[in-house]
Amino acid sequence: MKPNNLFSRIGRLSLNSITRLGTATRFLLQVLMRSGTSWRRFQLIIREIYSSGVLSLIIIVASGLFVGMVLGLQGYQTLQTYGSAQSLGVLVALSLVRELGPVVAALLFASRAGSAITAEVGLMKTTEQLQAMEMMAVDPIARIVAPRFWGGVISMPLLAAIFSMTGIYGGYLIGVRLLGVDDGTFWSQMQSAVSFREDILNGVIKSTVFGFAVTAIALFEGYDAVPTAEGISRATTRTVVTSSLAILALDFILTAFMFRGA
Amino acid sequence: MDRTLLDFWVGLFVTLGIAALFALALKVSNSEGFSRGSTYTVVASFNNIGALKVRAPVKSAGVVVGRVSAIHFDNKTFEALVSMQLDSRYTFPKDTSASILTSGLLGEQYLALDPGGDSHNLVNGDTIKITQSAVVLENLISQFLYNKASDSGNQNNGGGAAKAGVKP
Repeated sequence: MKPNNLFSRIGRLSLNSITRLGTATRFLLQVLMRSGTSWRRFQLIIREIYSSGVLSLIIIVASGLFVGMVLGLQGYQTLQTYGSAQSLGVLVALSLVRELGPVVAALLFASRAGSAITAEVGLMKTTEQLQAMEMMAVDPIARIVAPRFWGGVISMPLLAAIFSMTGIYGGYLIGVRLLGVDDGTFWSQMQSAVSFREDILNGVIKSTVFGFAVTAIALFEGYDAVPTAEGISRATTRTVVTSSLAILALDFILTAFMFRGA
Repeated sequence: MDRTLLDFWVGLFVTLGIAALFALALKVSNSEGFSRGSTYTVVASFNNIGALKVRAPVKSAGVVVGRVSAIHFDNKTFEALVSMQLDSRYTFPKDTSASILTSGLLGEQYLALDPGGDSHNLVNGDTIKITQSAVVLENLISQFLYNKASDSGNQNNGGGAAKAGVKP
């Protein structure tokens, strides 16, 4: 390949990605500006909370339970070496509330609800339902996109909280019921180490940010999809990949800000 | 889907989520119990604070009575200034002594208050005069090794002298 050709390819690639980022930002701003209708017709948001929140509940509860149980087993093995198996509750609760709860719940949410949103909106675009709405003077962003966005943003922190709580009970099940850590020590050590403002509230903030990012990416990919069958499949894949990477990168940034030192 | 059924499921989901948050708040975390209650601040200076950190517990007789609120370095006396917030429910005599101890062998460090016998109590802004610094493990080990080394050095010297004495 000639160097001239190589450079023009790099240039085209970066220009394209910058344009795409700009389009996505404008799209997000439009969604935020036109979401008044969906808040006035709250039934629209409730429907979306059902499809992205309630339907994700089973996978969230099951994964939370298993993640908690694995934490209980692994943590017990490691802590036992130092003779401090009583701190198992602290380990399980802090790792779930600070990191695993928001992050794993958001990753599951991206693959369960985000992909569904992209596929749905992309198919609406392919079958020209969005244009049809515009023809009838119904704003598709206000009627289709905004309710899905707020439904996802509301569902995500609730799902993360449910994930953390089932995870802690999973750790309790393994640690206390199976491996014989003392019941009272498990909870009291946890209570003295976990603080509401520093740990739990920061976890809630994290999961809200993740919900924001995942639904925004999913909606944009769906709305921007090439209106063919292949285009939808590509958009769905891109949603899962991009939002997973976004979750992990955002998690690093948020953690660096929230849990610095102390 | 039927609207009432939809409302029911969403209601259940939201209630479950909020219940999980409440459970996290009440059962898992400590909501920072008494730091919100009224406190008074007392200062103590130490030669060495070891690994004491801000928010470390202040204990007396093993009971948490406050928290370390700030740690500074005094550039005049070259000592560490530790401010602690004590719960106003608890009062201590003026000649209370403070020492930095470690919970367990490898646990985190905390400040222990040992009450004296003075009839006046510590009030906001007072300074604790009698303090005992943290034990630094490295110093202990190096002291121990130094003693060992000087002991064995003496023995070697003695042995050498004896040998020299035997050989003509």
